[in-house]
Amino acid sequence: MPMTEFTPFSALAGGALIGLAAVLMLGAHGRVAGISGIASRLFPPYADKHMAERIAFLVGLVAAPLLVLAATGTAVEQSMPSNFYLLGAAGLLVGFGTVMANGCTSGHAVCGLSRLSVRSLLATLTFMLAGIITVFLLRHVAGV
Amino acid sequence: MQFVIGLIFSAGLILAGMTDPAKVQNFLDLAGQWDPSLMFVMIGAIAVTFVGYKLVLKRKAPIFGGKFHLPTRKDADSRLLVGSGLFGIGWGLAGLCPGPAVTSLGIGSAGIFVFVAALAVGMFAARKLPEPKG
Repeated sequence: MPMTEFTPFSALAGGALIGLAAVLMLGAHGRVAGISGIASRLFPPYADKHMAERIAFLVGLVAAPLLVLAATGTAVEQSMPSNFYLLGAAGLLVGFGTVMANGCTSGHAVCGLSRLSVRSLLATLTFMLAGIITVFLLRHVAGV
Repeated sequence: MQFVIGLIFSAGLILAGMTDPAKVQNFLDLAGQWDPSLMFVMIGAIAVTFVGYKLVLKRKAPIFGGKFHLPTRKDADSRLLVGSGLFGIGWGLAGLCPGPAVTSLGIGSAGIFVFVAALAVGMFAARKLPEPKG
């Protein structure tokens, strides 16, 4: 398992930028910045006049690491899991679960907790606990 | 404007290191290499959003027109809990949630395309679920 360094200051600053984006989204467009909600509404039967805005937002998400690469000459570092079966199963669970629960880390944890939503608090505690148990089983029982 | 908001959101994820699945999994790994960074990301994000939302909601309407669309439901149902549980299992398995997954498309490792394709299938399937009663 790859070690990562505890980075409190860049974490706080990055979090503040995420918060800024969430505030701009509400202030400019009147919407919650929930990524699973925005992404899942790209699919039929969903169709309304906000489709182009959703696509613009998602293109912005994809564009940032490309701009980092263009500006610095180095790609954003990440250690992506190499097992495609695991990634496929994880993607299905994340996609299905976030739509079923009407939100993910951004919609429930960031935007929901900021509105003191009890539903979002329950959702956040549930997915954190499920994630902690899963990583424990994966790393310390299965030894992946 | 949505493009710019997406850029800012994504820049925040990158600066915070949340685009690295190992960093997210290490946050969840209390029994191993615990990395509390994700908690600080949440603290930073919620502090700004909490204050910013209060300021924004003093306005009558969003800048670009329309009205504020905020979730209104207060009840906790089984879909919320089961869905969040399934999401948490997937999040733990790969260290990816929807935001960092979409951002990672711009980093472009082969694995992320597998994840996002499956993510889309999962979302599409969940949209077929019958609407909850009441």
